[in-house]
Amino acid sequence: MDFEPEIWDVGYLIASILFILGLKKLGHPRTAPTGNLYAASGMLVAVVVTVAQMNFGDGIEGTVLIPAGLVAGGIIGYIMAVRVQMTGVPEMVALFNGFGGAASALVAASEVFRMINNGTIPTDWLTFHVAWIAIGLSTLVGWMTLTGSLLAMMKLKGGFEIFGKWYRTPTWGPEWLNYVKGIFLIGIVGLIYMSLEEPGNQDYIIGIIVLSCILGLLFVLPIGGADMPVVVSLLNSLSGVAAAFTGFIISNNVLIIAGSMVGAAGLVLTNIMCKAMNRSLIDVLFKSFGGTNKETVTRTKVGSDPDEVAMICDGISKCVIIPGYGMAVSQCQHQVREFADILEANGCEVKYGIHPVAGRMPGHMNVLLAEAEVPYDKLKDMDTINPTFEQTDVAIVLGANDVTNPMAREDKGSPIYGMPILNVDKAKTVVVVKRSLSAGFAGARDG
Amino acid sequence: MELVTLIAAITIFALAIFLGFELITKVPPTLHTPLMSGANAISGITIVGALFASNVASDSGNYPLAAWLGFAALVLATINVVGGFTVTNRMLNMIAGKRRGK
Repeated sequence: MDFEPEIWDVGYLIASILFILGLKKLGHPRTAPTGNLYAASGMLVAVVVTVAQMNFGDGIEGTVLIPAGLVAGGIIGYIMAVRVQMTGVPEMVALFNGFGGAASALVAASEVFRMINNGTIPTDWLTFHVAWIAIGLSTLVGWMTLTGSLLAMMKLKGGFEIFGKWYRTPTWGPEWLNYVKGIFLIGIVGLIYMSLEEPGNQDYIIGIIVLSCILGLLFVLPIGGADMPVVVSLLNSLSGVAAAFTGFIISNNVLIIAGSMVGAAGLVLTNIMCKAMNRSLIDVLFKSFGGTNKETVTRTKVGSDPDEVAMICDGISKCVIIPGYGMAVSQCQHQVREFADILEANGCEVKYGIHPVAGRMPGHMNVLLAEAEVPYDKLKDMDTINPTFEQTDVAIVLGANDVTNPMAREDKGSPIYGMPILNVDKAKTVVVVKRSLSAGFAGARDG
Repeated sequence: MELVTLIAAITIFALAIFLGFELITKVPPTLHTPLMSGANAISGITIVGALFASNVASDSGNYPLAAWLGFAALVLATINVVGGFTVTNRMLNMIAGKRRGK
């Protein structure tokens, strides 16, 4: 491992600058598409520089593996990205996260097995220790990211009521499971230490891989329901950290820069989400959420049927629609738009109240409604919309029960107590559409 | 490896972390999902490491384990990069399209 200054480092510097500019521009609505383009160009520069460096360095040996890998990955990735429904994006981000983490961990595994099998383990004390500790950490974070992301994806995808209920059973008390996680972590650190003592022994590396995979599952296992966006965001951060550690293994600055930058950025996003739910990251990770009490909100629903909803909505002047995960799952954002169009044709003012954590990721609802061509200026955030509920005739809650549940204000025993909510109960009429009543919504649309 | 190069690498690591914190402190909620997706694609930079790990020749097709691991890393990293930037672009186009008042 050595960081000899070479001409190629200039290319990596250009790539790094493109990443930084890209990430910065991605944070502003007008410049976001350019930002994405910058970041993608940075990646292209990094790949081209790498190939050139290999060509003019030791020569390109992998004339089969490299093109095959790039073409296969490129085609699979492109098809997945083009075919995915906007509602399925959170799952796919989770899956890509897992792939990124796994790729970093696989590079670490490739490096360590190459050195062990070829007998090229560094003899210099510092070089060896940096490489081996970085390999251990990259393996830990990378494999954890993979298994954690896969579980998170399955929870997002496979109706986590099944998963959620199962994991929320009292036997999954957070107390002892946290100790198990701690033991696993200590075990992994111990294995990294032992591999430093006996670097030629592959078994330690395999042990780290296995324990890290299990640890990733254990991390996500007790977390369910409303906390899943936080987990996906944290995993996003971890996949960056894994890339940074891999940068230390292969002595490459662009990996260190891009990886640690994404790690920090993911953590910022995670914090934003935690704040919106009035919870700390520690609580999310180590105190299981308990029942989300989804059923309690049904008290506000007075068993209305589609026709009744249609009558309520006839001749109103102010309506607020609160979309949530239910809308994402039932993919009814286009019907929502049509419904809003009908209301507006009858002279009603329609606005959308977007809770910061509605859906499965921050901004999830905005993307879905944008897909349905809802004008951007009709989407209001929580602080803007809350004071207007008292003048609102009808508030329609579309599968967004938790973020509108008054229990969060009143019931100290409720698991969501203290979370800021949309005060729909202040509106004159509240219509709650749950997923099971999606047919009811379609009926109301015709009203 | 000299100690000074390690310290230089750790300096870069630390400064990039602070940079990441500063870059995205104020972001409207609309952009959170695209930002997460875009940042995730950037973490696919590990593709550089995967390229080096895949740079192995074989006449008989008998690649060592390390080469196969590198190849797997290359496929996954490329999926992450290409898929990530493409889906981010799709999302941003939808949002931008609405802003033009389509």
